Amino acid sequence: MHVKRNTILTIASAAVLIGILYWLSMHQLKQGMLVSIIQKSIIFALVAVSMNLLNGFTGLFSLGQAGFMSIGAYTTAILLIPVKNLDGVYYVNGVHPLIRAFKIFIAESPAWLQSLFPFIALLIGALLAALVAALVGIAVLRLKSDYLAIATLGMSEIIRALCSSPQMDTITNGSYGLNKIPGFPGMFGGLIPPMATPFVVVALCIAFIMLLIKSSYGRAFKAIREDEIAAEAMGINLFKHKEMSFVVSSFFAALAGGLLAMYMRSIEAKTFSISLTYDILLIVVIGGIGSVTGSVLSAFLVTASKEWWLRFFDHPLTIGGWEVPLFRTGFRMIIFSILLMVVVLVYRRGLMGSNEFNWDRLLGRFANLRRKKKSSQGGDR
Amino acid sequence: MSMTTILQHCLTGISLGGAYALIAIGYTLVYGILRLINFTHGDIFMMAGYFMIFSLASFPWPIAIIITLVVTTLLGISIERIAYKPLRSSPRMSIMISAISVSYLLQNMATYLFTAIPKGYPEIPFLKRIFVVGELSASFVTVLTPILTVVLVIFLMLLVNKTKTGIAMRAVSKDFETAKLMGININGIISVTFVIGSFLAGVGSILYFTDRMSVTPFSGTLPGLKCFVAAVFGGIGNIPGAVIGGFFIGIIETLLVAVGYSTFSDAFTFLLLIVMLLVRPTGLFGEKTVEKV
Repeated sequence: MHVKRNTILTIASAAVLIGILYWLSMHQLKQGMLVSIIQKSIIFALVAVSMNLLNGFTGLFSLGQAGFMSIGAYTTAILLIPVKNLDGVYYVNGVHPLIRAFKIFIAESPAWLQSLFPFIALLIGALLAALVAALVGIAVLRLKSDYLAIATLGMSEIIRALCSSPQMDTITNGSYGLNKIPGFPGMFGGLIPPMATPFVVVALCIAFIMLLIKSSYGRAFKAIREDEIAAEAMGINLFKHKEMSFVVSSFFAALAGGLLAMYMRSIEAKTFSISLTYDILLIVVIGGIGSVTGSVLSAFLVTASKEWWLRFFDHPLTIGGWEVPLFRTGFRMIIFSILLMVVVLVYRRGLMGSNEFNWDRLLGRFANLRRKKKSSQGGDR
Repeated sequence: MSMTTILQHCLTGISLGGAYALIAIGYTLVYGILRLINFTHGDIFMMAGYFMIFSLASFPWPIAIIITLVVTTLLGISIERIAYKPLRSSPRMSIMISAISVSYLLQNMATYLFTAIPKGYPEIPFLKRIFVVGELSASFVTVLTPILTVVLVIFLMLLVNKTKTGIAMRAVSKDFETAKLMGININGIISVTFVIGSFLAGVGSILYFTDRMSVTPFSGTLPGLKCFVAAVFGGIGNIPGAVIGGFFIGIIETLLVAVGYSTFSDAFTFLLLIVMLLVRPTGLFGEKTVEKV
């Protein structure tokens, strides 16, 4: 009975979400800001979940997410910039002949391949990042806690330096960055409009990560997080599982990076600096380290409050002739940082702690609230 | 490249390295005691730059320098009190996340208060006087930095090795719990550590920015990380090690820029870190510890 109720609730809320998405895609022009905010949120949700897999579930404190995102973003962007825009983009140093040849080959390929190609490009970017992660992981995963953090942070900076170096000018366009990247493609021959593509892709990826966490591999990850020595004694191959978690996490971070490139239409190496990793870490912390649904929820809350709800702090405000002091550009970020400090110092478990979203708990909480209200009313009488 | 140019670059490198060394000491001391990568250290260094700009606008330079150092030190201690002290018994990762969020707060605060546009660093006339020896020319600050660094380090070594506070600091960094049982005031010692670290970051900031001419809210991040690398390179917890690491990274970075690989100068530092951690995790002069990194 209970299971049935929960399934119905899940299906109903999924239907509502899809309905909202459908409505938004109909009214895309009017709701431009809302659409772009939720698209950005869903992309960040995927990065946050991928980081959570590593930091929250495997206990490997890695700060290399931005580096892997830049691999994904650059690969996707390089593969997707159309032939006719090549000279406009690489106007300073010219483009590598191999890239041009490859693009001409794609442009002349059959239509089905062309419509599928954006997804192939995303996949290539993600696989490349996974390969890099596998190689780096062999060396770096021997390190523990904060040394791992600083080594991965360094690796991310190395990737960024490579992307913006003059030696890579004909491939990554050096410090000029890439632009004229095509936006999101539609899926299934137009059945899903371009606007909804990131949601479908991210939903599939997060579902995969959740399945991974529920599998025996996921249990091994958690065992490693709790106690490495005990896990090893139970016969868990430490290196194999750490490497796996690292590679999977990088794969999805790079996929999200590719989506981000499609979302932003232009990227440069500066986009993927250390502060991007910090932003994502903060989403994970606010959502609760070790909770996938928490990360997703907090990605939406954080992005929306940063880009939308807290915006009014940035504009001078007058209430009844009295100009509120402090309100000017940048104040929003201070409020945001202070909120974050409060979460870190006081509500250390974040929004969800290490729990997942669960109808029983939500409904139970409502029931508790109602009961409390009743009892307090009773006390008044 | 002629010999003179190489020497000239080395001189610049030594000067940069001196500033790095002073900041690296802050990392090494805090890591030695709290086992925490103090991510805010680079931002304290950046804030010291802004303090100097504003205090020099209204005071003559000797007073401005004193004000800057005092305010920077206060900032360092208050961060420790607010953000690290409540988390003392929680896992190391929580403290690190707290450090990252303070660094985030400081950067946003600086952006809000001083805008993201680079602010020109004021010139202190006597630091900028140019000396010419043969074909080499150097401003006074270039020569002063390494000398001041060495003098400060000697004082610090005397403090750590000879005074009671220093002995307590070493005891705390060896074994937190036992030091506590021996009646050492842990919180006091940690505060002293942050005072020394922030003070040196303030001095380093004055020397560094006098050469760089401008400050932005983000100009502390990369130097901060580089100085942490310097501390790891020399063996974390080891003061002379941090100084040598700082000089080494400063010189190599300047030479890389001179040869034309300026985009790789940051990458090199991190490559050095990764290689160092893999080959010799305890650093050049680090003691062998039971706990593997």
